[in-house]
Amino acid sequence: MSREPNNVLPYGDAPADGIVQVSFTLPVPSGEKTRHAALLLIRNMGLEDVSIALMEPIDSSFTYFIAYGRVCTAVNYATIEVEEQPYKIMKPDSIDEFIRREFGRKLTVVGACIGSDAHTVGIDAILNMKGYNRHKGLESYREIRIINMGAQVSCEDLLAKTREENADALLISQIVTHKGIHIKNLTKMIKILKAERLKEKLVLIVGGPGITAELARDLGYDAGFGRGTYPEQVASFLVQELARQNGARGND
Amino acid sequence: MATLFLDDGLLAVARQAAGKIVSDVIEEIDNYTTTAVERAVLRLLGVEGVDAEGIPRVNVIVDDLLKRGVLGGGAARWLANAHLAMGVPVGEVGRRAVNIEIDLLAIPPANGEKLRDRLLDLAAGGLAAIDKTREKRWELLSRLGKSSEPLRYVIVATGNIREDVVQARAAARQGADVIAVIRHTAQSLLDFVPADGSIDGVGGTIANRQNFRIMRRALDEISEEQGRYIFLTNYCSGLCMPEIAVLGALERLDIMLNDSMYGIIFRDINMVRTFIDQHFSRSILAYSGIIINTGEDNYLTTADAFEEAHTVLASQFINEQFALRSGLKPWQIGLGHAFEISPQVEDSFLYELAQAQLIRQIFPESPVKYMPPTKHMSGNIFQANVQDALFNAVSVMTGQSVHLLGMTTEAVHTPHLQDRYLSLINTDYVFRALKHLGEEIEFVPGGRIEQRARKVLSDAVNMLEEIAELGLAKAISAAMFADISRAPDGGKGLPGVIRKGEDYCNPFMQLLHNGRERL
Repeated sequence: MSREPNNVLPYGDAPADGIVQVSFTLPVPSGEKTRHAALLLIRNMGLEDVSIALMEPIDSSFTYFIAYGRVCTAVNYATIEVEEQPYKIMKPDSIDEFIRREFGRKLTVVGACIGSDAHTVGIDAILNMKGYNRHKGLESYREIRIINMGAQVSCEDLLAKTREENADALLISQIVTHKGIHIKNLTKMIKILKAERLKEKLVLIVGGPGITAELARDLGYDAGFGRGTYPEQVASFLVQELARQNGARGND
Repeated sequence: MATLFLDDGLLAVARQAAGKIVSDVIEEIDNYTTTAVERAVLRLLGVEGVDAEGIPRVNVIVDDLLKRGVLGGGAARWLANAHLAMGVPVGEVGRRAVNIEIDLLAIPPANGEKLRDRLLDLAAGGLAAIDKTREKRWELLSRLGKSSEPLRYVIVATGNIREDVVQARAAARQGADVIAVIRHTAQSLLDFVPADGSIDGVGGTIANRQNFRIMRRALDEISEEQGRYIFLTNYCSGLCMPEIAVLGALERLDIMLNDSMYGIIFRDINMVRTFIDQHFSRSILAYSGIIINTGEDNYLTTADAFEEAHTVLASQFINEQFALRSGLKPWQIGLGHAFEISPQVEDSFLYELAQAQLIRQIFPESPVKYMPPTKHMSGNIFQANVQDALFNAVSVMTGQSVHLLGMTTEAVHTPHLQDRYLSLINTDYVFRALKHLGEEIEFVPGGRIEQRARKVLSDAVNMLEEIAELGLAKAISAAMFADISRAPDGGKGLPGVIRKGEDYCNPFMQLLHNGRERL
């Protein structure tokens, strides 16, 4: 491989000319004063040789701009170091594809909000067809079968369902963290799973606004997902972790 | 207009099968009411406000009647009885009951005939309030007029009603005809309507009476300024569907998203609950002159738009029959579909044209709502603008009625002000440039487009016949829609389904479906 460049700048029409396009709206009527305001703003972004390609009134109080300018400060590409993610985020179609290729069967995922916690909003955002913020939930994946037990599920019921459905993974949601109740619930669940020798056979995932990856791992779970997690993140981890565990077990 | 040659006999078979599917459901649900329906009835009788803890009074009353095992008679009778005994308005009866100043069940029952008459009078009073908003809409529409179809439909989703107003106003000035206010995330799963007063939401704005009113007032002002009527849209779905229908009717919403199966499939709401709530909601919407939009476009966000096109059509036939049974007129039944075939498919434009034309022809009076590409949007906003242009072309060529504007930033973020602007100029250009193209072309008889349309129709007919045989509940359990299975005894909201007692009375359903005569 050829040596990586030290200085990287955008390529518009010539090497390292640094040209970028920007577009935005200002909440003021269009006019020469507004054009000047736009120019100053673009300079504030650090761009030089600014040319405004378009100034157009959206209505009497908003103005739309398309402009070009030159970035002058390059980045040193060769010295950039990026931490590799432990797992790759995949798109839903690729996840289905991955399951077909790696497992050759549908996966079964059981989800529940355990303990007295009555909030299904988290588990539903990840599992329900509808999903969250236009990211479809796991139900929409052809190769994943979902059993969503809803809220206020006891650890014992979750265990029974896990056995009954021969689950590949458990998704446990904990929204309420008052007085550390989520830690009590999650600890109880992991104890039961250990006692039943199921812990190693399942991918165990926890989610909730107060959950961090670290906390989840400390409690014995494979992963924890916090606020703003999209279903495909969870699914990506789930399938890759299951494949890894299968590999470690010599597959079945 | 270019037309496809379709087999009329096949259309008759489809409607007959859909009619049977719906009859079976209506017969089944007639034995039940729901907590949400009873709350809606109380709202329409004038019970408003919240208790000391901020819980809506209608919830407090209905939950109490449920707990005491008397909800099977319907909530209305208990309040009407107290109202007769005390001589104060029903809203005041509700307030006193919630404050435990009175016990509704302890008041001696009035004479049956007298109670029934008073219930019908009260209900007629409730409907009179809806009459007023309906008349106001007609007055504004006839005075100001509206844009020619396809109407341009845009979404605002700031999460704050005041900011929604700013963006709606800007959109209307740019040419938008319909403003849809996106709801607070997962409001559909709340079993109560959040009290007035809250203006902020997450991912959208809380839908309640106050926020409906704020946006309506703003749009009325902008309608006058622009000299054309601007339509207001919100969701009539989820666990509070009947109550939202009532609030929408009272606050002059013009279009409400209301699908017969969406909540079941996408939100895992119990199907019995959904069908009951939907029937009442649609009865109210029918009376209020509101247009419904069904949600078939949603199937295609998960299932493949090419392979599963017939499920959209089958669902439209079912939605149509449900709607007609609830009293909606064909001009109120805005069936939904979408431009979602993968851009990688050769001739995808032809297939989109076939589907849009097919739906236009089969439902000629429906204010069909056409949804833009969303599934195959990648974040390349420039390519997205081209996809949207093709979508716009199909819409104007086939005469769709309500056109939801595609956003170049689909899959990136909720629309920015400029995204809406760019979409509107794209749409204006295509609508203007291709205005009469549909009148100047013909489909080649037996050509690719016609063959595709016929295939979709015949597959839909087969599917409907299969469902008619199975029953809708079993069909949904068998994942025949959107590849998702839901059981009749599963999903949210089932505890709110109540078997009707022999003395059950819902005076609104009585008036809307049977008139004042005794059943």
